[in-house]
Amino acid sequence: MSEAASVGRAAVPRGVWRRSAARNRLAVAALLAILAVVLVALAAPLLPLADPDTVDTPNRLRPPLTPGHVLGTDEFGRDLLSRLIWGARVSLLAGAGAASAAMLVGVGLGIAAGYYGGVTETVIMRLTDILMAFPYILLAIAIVAGLGPGLRNAMIAIAIVGFPFYTRLVRSVVLSVRAREFVEAAHALGSPDPLILLRHVVPHLLSPVIVAFSLDVGAKILATSGLSFLGLGTQPPTADWGSMLATGRQFVILSPHVVLLPGLAIFAIVLALNLVGDALRDLLDPRTRPA
Amino acid sequence: MGRYLLRRLLHLGPVLLGVSLIVFLVLHLTPGDPAEVMLGSQATQEDLTRLRAQLGLDRPLHVQYARWIGQVLRGDLGRSLWMKRPVLTEVMERFKATLLLTASALVLSTVGGIALGIGAATRANSLLDRLSTVASLFGASMPVFWLGIVLMVIFSLWLGWLPASGMFAPYGGGGARDLLAHLVLPAVTLAAASVTIVARLTRSAMLDVLGQDYVRTARAKGATEWAVVVRHALKNALIPIVTVVGVQAGYLLGGAVLTETVFAWPGVGTLVVQGILARDVPLVQGSVLVIASTFVLINLAVDVLYACLDPRIRYE
Repeated sequence: MSEAASVGRAAVPRGVWRRSAARNRLAVAALLAILAVVLVALAAPLLPLADPDTVDTPNRLRPPLTPGHVLGTDEFGRDLLSRLIWGARVSLLAGAGAASAAMLVGVGLGIAAGYYGGVTETVIMRLTDILMAFPYILLAIAIVAGLGPGLRNAMIAIAIVGFPFYTRLVRSVVLSVRAREFVEAAHALGSPDPLILLRHVVPHLLSPVIVAFSLDVGAKILATSGLSFLGLGTQPPTADWGSMLATGRQFVILSPHVVLLPGLAIFAIVLALNLVGDALRDLLDPRTRPA
Repeated sequence: MGRYLLRRLLHLGPVLLGVSLIVFLVLHLTPGDPAEVMLGSQATQEDLTRLRAQLGLDRPLHVQYARWIGQVLRGDLGRSLWMKRPVLTEVMERFKATLLLTASALVLSTVGGIALGIGAATRANSLLDRLSTVASLFGASMPVFWLGIVLMVIFSLWLGWLPASGMFAPYGGGGARDLLAHLVLPAVTLAAASVTIVARLTRSAMLDVLGQDYVRTARAKGATEWAVVVRHALKNALIPIVTVVGVQAGYLLGGAVLTETVFAWPGVGTLVVQGILARDVPLVQGSVLVIASTFVLINLAVDVLYACLDPRIRYE
């Protein structure tokens, strides 16, 4: 393994993960909770759940613990537990998908800007400057206005407003790595650019990008839920935590649970993701790592 | 300072031009025809042709942009297709409400955040410090629209202390007291996440400063704790705090869209959402341009304030 790769990959010495996990039990519990939610969401078609879209108006707005409906029903009599679990698939996919797309585009552009410099860097960085001159959610709303409401378009919009953050982060790391001796040595030995990037530059990006991504998934779940809440994301009758909240709020006086439950679901999953992200940052940043 | 200000002002032009270009492109370059988006899939070919000609959509893109930006520079943001009124008139009427909400939330988050941050820093590891850590984690994780609904349920519907929505009571309202009562819940909702961010940053900046030699000297001279914290420590911790408050001002301006929707606050945020759902491109375009330009101007103000507080910046 090259020096650069070894520096990047051996960032966390053996034993530190175990010690850190013991210190940060809350983050481990949060990670287990996230895994449980993901597993349940993935297994939704196999679980003995009511159809999330079947309307049963005689049984509308039933409170939690009603026989046959553990978490009650919504304004159309649809089973809330089932809609929350099926909605988890959409909400988690939207958040993770938007964050992944933002990360991939941002990292690619950041590498190009930092490594090649010159006109490439100027064009990319001015674009990120201008995109960052907008309030985050407002630009996403404007993009959805152009593309039309819908989950896929909401994800694209959130990814577009999210990538400049990764571009700036990655460019600054690449700029510092590019000036190091091992990159100069690789150049002198005649290594082609893709090989230098893959073997000597990318390993240095892993820690900062992993930390940024782990904190970003939660933010993207909040953002996509926000668009769905405004009626610009997931469209009815598909269940999604943000749109469940939006439609349920008209009935909040009669049945607060139709609003409280999807909101709690968003809050809990984003809180868990932030706890894990904070713990990862502490672990991967040598300055805050436990001795 | 004059040269610094001039340089920042010269930088403003290209940024505003870039912002206008992005606003124009996202609504015109995206797949699909804006005329189709506005009229829906049921529109006839004649309707589409007429609307394209009316809005100049049948011309090349750069001609459309040049025409639009020329109108914008003359103070004409076009005409709303849905409201049948000039976009600028509509946006400016609503903009006052958005500014009032954003400014109130900014004052709440700045004053509350700095007070909490000072409390946490001067009593590090106390109950207050731990509570502020938990609050900052909760603030970053809570959907603002959900918090708004929960506060509305508790304080309007259950306790009946505050009005649930709107800016004034529909009957017999209109005074400053009525406005203030309607403002409390949206402003608190919008400020909630920002308070925790400002508090955490104030705490860390204050902890850095409180460990400096000149703070020890001030204490050794017999200065009161209040004078040490406010005159010696806070003054020097203000630079990072001003930066984060500036960033929060922009965040609040964007976040106002969601908060306004929850509380039916008649601001530009609700106008944008209504414009999108009504497929009114000129209205959305004009509203987004006004908010984004305000955001750019806020960033400029923060940079200038930053240079006033720290002379090193303007000499760079």
